[in-house]
Amino acid sequence: MSVSDPTIRTTPAVEETGETSSRILQTRGLRKQFGGLVATDDVDFAVEEGELRCLIGPNGAGKSTFLKLVTGRHEPTAGSIYYDGMDVTDLPTHERVDRGISMKFQVPSLYPELSVRDNVRIPLQRVATPGEFEARTRETLERFNLLEEIDTVAANLSHGQQQRLEIGMAMTLEPKLMLLDEPVAGLSIEETAEIADLLEALRAEEEVAFVVIEHDIDFVERIADRVTVLHQGAIFTEGTIEEVKADPAVRRIYLGEGA
Amino acid sequence: MSGRPTTSVVGRVRGRLEGPNTMGNTNGFWIAFAFAVLVFAAYPVLFGASAANRIAMFLVFALLGVSLCFIWGYCGILSFGQVAFFGVAGYTFGIVTINVTNYTGMTLGIVTAIGVSTLFAAVLAYFMFYGGVRDVYVTIMTLVVAIVLHTFMQQTAGSEWAIGDARLGGFNGMVGIGNLGIGVGDVGITFDGVAFYYAALATVVAVYLGLRVLVNSRFGYAMIATREDEDRTEMFGYDTTFIKFVTFTIGGAIAGLSGVLFVTWGNYIDPSQFAITAAAMPVIWASIGGRESIIGTIAAAIAIQTLEFQFHDQWALVIVGSTLVLVIVLLPNGIAPAVRDVLVEHRRPASPAPSEEVGD
Repeated sequence: MSVSDPTIRTTPAVEETGETSSRILQTRGLRKQFGGLVATDDVDFAVEEGELRCLIGPNGAGKSTFLKLVTGRHEPTAGSIYYDGMDVTDLPTHERVDRGISMKFQVPSLYPELSVRDNVRIPLQRVATPGEFEARTRETLERFNLLEEIDTVAANLSHGQQQRLEIGMAMTLEPKLMLLDEPVAGLSIEETAEIADLLEALRAEEEVAFVVIEHDIDFVERIADRVTVLHQGAIFTEGTIEEVKADPAVRRIYLGEGA
Repeated sequence: MSGRPTTSVVGRVRGRLEGPNTMGNTNGFWIAFAFAVLVFAAYPVLFGASAANRIAMFLVFALLGVSLCFIWGYCGILSFGQVAFFGVAGYTFGIVTINVTNYTGMTLGIVTAIGVSTLFAAVLAYFMFYGGVRDVYVTIMTLVVAIVLHTFMQQTAGSEWAIGDARLGGFNGMVGIGNLGIGVGDVGITFDGVAFYYAALATVVAVYLGLRVLVNSRFGYAMIATREDEDRTEMFGYDTTFIKFVTFTIGGAIAGLSGVLFVTWGNYIDPSQFAITAAAMPVIWASIGGRESIIGTIAAAIAIQTLEFQFHDQWALVIVGSTLVLVIVLLPNGIAPAVRDVLVEHRRPASPAPSEEVGD
């Protein structure tokens, strides 16, 4: 059923690269069907430790579904998910998080009625002792440029501040794999640049790999090591942003529409 | 004892009791709270044993309200089934104490009744939450459980419905239930009359303080996070299903405790405790008092039950219903949060303020 022409694929199937130990995330034949709709179509996907991978593709390409399979929000119809060399396909979400997978949702998902301090406490109390709460909260907020808002109720933050806070909260768990679903959607150019700076700083300081869903190609161009294009649930092509942008087939299905 | 260590002990105790998850973290609140407890403690002396006996019943209902406030206000689980755990504990205590008519029976009755209601809540919670039942469907299921128990117990009037010497009694109710007491064999103490009043008061205060510690602990934050956004909380590594399971079970245990106090107060229980009107009362207390405020729910339960007693005819329901509608329209979060907002905005915390909220 796939539209993807095998000859277009620039990345070989997983087995051919042999060495898997440096891979933080790998999926094999990952498939998700909702009734007759194939949302994820036999996806073989791999991310190296410390890599920043962007997932792009038209609306309905199955990007968010793919992330939900990785987090355990959805159960796959077939296939397996390996994280850090371990099969996590059957693990519930919270156990995957315990092992180092963290995520920022597409719509900023904070605790709107709680203060910024209490928002940070929710993830923080899983990894810190009560004596460390205040210091580590301030450390996190400083890093994400939110220290002045420590007593603000989260609902009163600007959209950009909410995006930063949610990334900050997800990062307090010290993940090895961070999933970001459209971190700059709806942000101004300045706010977008701020998020890009933030990601670069995080990568410089920590051993963390990112998988980022994004539509903003300039943003992708700035942050991505490699780009995977999803189309109709399947991997259409993979490569550097230059390779992907130069691909006429990608332009036809996706980039042609305005980018 | 010098002043300093005492201060630090007080500071440490208050540190456990206080936090953003509970209302009343000021000196003024604690002074008012101590004053309110004192007034309640002096009540039998001031107004006599029979007046106190009536208030004891309201305290028991307050505890039932707290069992709902805890799971609804703090974890977002709206249950109409608190009366189910309340009633099951009551009947269980009755069955045990009618069959074993000494202090062993009373002690055993307390343990068994709370154990059975807790287990009942745990089994129901397990099938609901691990079965993926969410939101309003949880509410419907708990209501159905209460209605089923009501219908079932109604038809147990025949003499074949007996466990040992304990006849369930159908719509006539179960009579001859033992008092509240602790001991072994013929040695022990009974909490009757004024002693029962103090036992009920002590239980309410202890449960209130215990829950304040719990909701300001890590688990409390996890409950609130689950209430606010379950998917987000799961993605921070919390087992939200387990959190809801534990919360609901604790709520069932507290409701069971209040059920034991209820049957030892009147030595009687009948199926009307499971009826829809009874099932709705905890929801009304928590709605009016403020479901996110334990103290507000306690105050509202006592106030509304007092009101209902004063007008003990059909007017009571009309007044309670109108109050509920007014509060929901004007103060959707209940009275206690509104009182706090007014006090926080207009007065400094140190003033001996929230007696309205506490003392009622």
